[in-house]
Amino acid sequence: MLAHLPVLQVVLPLIAAALIVLVRRRTFAWLAAVAVSYTCLLISVLIAVHVARNGAMTYAMGSWPAPWGIEYRIDALSSFVLLLVSLIAAFIAPGAHRGLATDVLPERHYLVYAMYCLCLAGLLGITVTGDAFNLFVFLEISSLSMYVLIALGPRRKALVAAYQYMLMGTVGATFYVIGVGLLYILTGTLNLEDMAERLRTIEDVRPVLAALAFITVGIGLKLALFPLHQWLPNAYTYAPLMVTAFLAGTATKVSTYVLLRFYFGVFDPSELFGRLHTREVFIVLSGAAMVIASLAAVYEQDVKRLFAWSSVAQIGYITLGIGLANEAGLTGSIVHMLNHGITKAAIFVLIGGLALRSVGAPVTMASLAGLGRRMPLTAFCMVIAGLSLVGVPGTAGFISKWYLLTGALDRGLWWLAGLIVVTSLIAVAYVWRVVEAAYLLPAPEGAPAAGEAPPSMLATAVGMVLLCVYLGIETSVSVGGAREAALLLLGGAR
Amino acid sequence: MIAITGHLSYWVTIFLMVAGLYLLMVSTNLLKKLVGLAILQSSVYLLYVAPGKLIGGTAPIVADGFTVYSSPLPHVLILTAIVVGVATLALGLALVVRIREAFGGIEEDEILAQVD
Repeated sequence: MLAHLPVLQVVLPLIAAALIVLVRRRTFAWLAAVAVSYTCLLISVLIAVHVARNGAMTYAMGSWPAPWGIEYRIDALSSFVLLLVSLIAAFIAPGAHRGLATDVLPERHYLVYAMYCLCLAGLLGITVTGDAFNLFVFLEISSLSMYVLIALGPRRKALVAAYQYMLMGTVGATFYVIGVGLLYILTGTLNLEDMAERLRTIEDVRPVLAALAFITVGIGLKLALFPLHQWLPNAYTYAPLMVTAFLAGTATKVSTYVLLRFYFGVFDPSELFGRLHTREVFIVLSGAAMVIASLAAVYEQDVKRLFAWSSVAQIGYITLGIGLANEAGLTGSIVHMLNHGITKAAIFVLIGGLALRSVGAPVTMASLAGLGRRMPLTAFCMVIAGLSLVGVPGTAGFISKWYLLTGALDRGLWWLAGLIVVTSLIAVAYVWRVVEAAYLLPAPEGAPAAGEAPPSMLATAVGMVLLCVYLGIETSVSVGGAREAALLLLGGAR
Repeated sequence: MIAITGHLSYWVTIFLMVAGLYLLMVSTNLLKKLVGLAILQSSVYLLYVAPGKLIGGTAPIVADGFTVYSSPLPHVLILTAIVVGVATLALGLALVVRIREAFGGIEEDEILAQVD
């Protein structure tokens, strides 16, 4: 049974998606999505424990041995990302029943859950597979379902946001598959591990460089690496709120995982970060993301868009760690995927609760006024999650920024350490605007009556915020796992 | 000359790739953008399939009189990629239909000019 766990991660959500479309009942769809999310979480935990004890876990699809067959391979990094995705899915799914009510017509809810299951299957599939082309297929499964989820948003601009995301996302995936094609023509294999070994023996590096460029730009589009982030603010703003929460917590993180896998597992990192100036490129782009996106967030009136810009900035921190490419930097980068994923998902679920109370109107800064008195628990959770975005000690965000700072100092990049601190201060500015509106401004005339969000959504948000604080204090699992993954990446291919 | 004829499939691939991307970037009509996307994806099909073909090679079925075989794997991969491409195009067209219903047009600048 244990041996088949990797493939169950993909098969279960796929079957659930088909069942949901056949049954077409809203409550059944919700229960199935919740059941699948929790089963996937359970499997992820089992796999993570197994990988931590016995090292990487492999599964030969259809019993065809690698490198001929498709191999699923889960090492310390994959199991970490697997846990992140299934954890966020398990948090979001229970609250979705009420959370979708404002954004999507009830008769369409089953479609949301079907697409959610497909997306989950794709995201988990990307993480478990050890085959470059299989990864492309999962990437497209998750992306196509994500486009549909965004298009289901309540405002008509959601359609345009989904269309634009679809164009950029498909170009990204096509670039990725062009890069993989070049590597396949060179090496004759699609198994990532096998590919890495055969690339070491290749003398003519020019096609490898072309492949590297295509994969970097392609995956960069998917993970919203500055300046390829254009799709992100609109997609996050116009998608149904529960979808935004899921998207913000998982999609960009899984794409980052793909980049890490290729940079440290397939290409030669010493070449990449030595002769090719990948470090400089990533540090400059990440720094630009941190500064420009944070500033954009400060001047934003729409609360969803504010936190979407903040996501672009936070992705900058994650890619910064890739650029540093040392133990502390990569640890910070990987642990920030988890910490930021949970923090941002919590914030979007909280905004979802707000939107439910304000009946359909977009959540703007003005509608936050007096929130501290109308919805005390929601406002309090929002502040804690905001502090985690800033990186205040005692919250999860502090831990990852601490490791990134250490990574920058280990490289002797004092100005970069300074930049991390400065951009955190800009984050204080946009989080303060939320705090100010919630606690210092009086509620406007005609504001919705006092009352919290529905218990299922509030429980989701409170759970995630508590986890934020927990991960800021007890770091043995999160940082331990991330360091394990970072060492694995830095130790060459394995 | 050999640089052109010897790598003809690559030149065609690159032409399709760039033509697709160009169309995708410069057209303001949402349908034309999708056409560009489809051309870009077609270039990938050629990129994969062409190197798998050996001149004089047959299908990889062991039989007397044949020693040279074409690789079947790229064909299988591209079958999958074509399915993905069709799904993407179908979704894109569906979105364009919905956008036309909601905004009354499929010209990008007209749509972006409309407030939500």
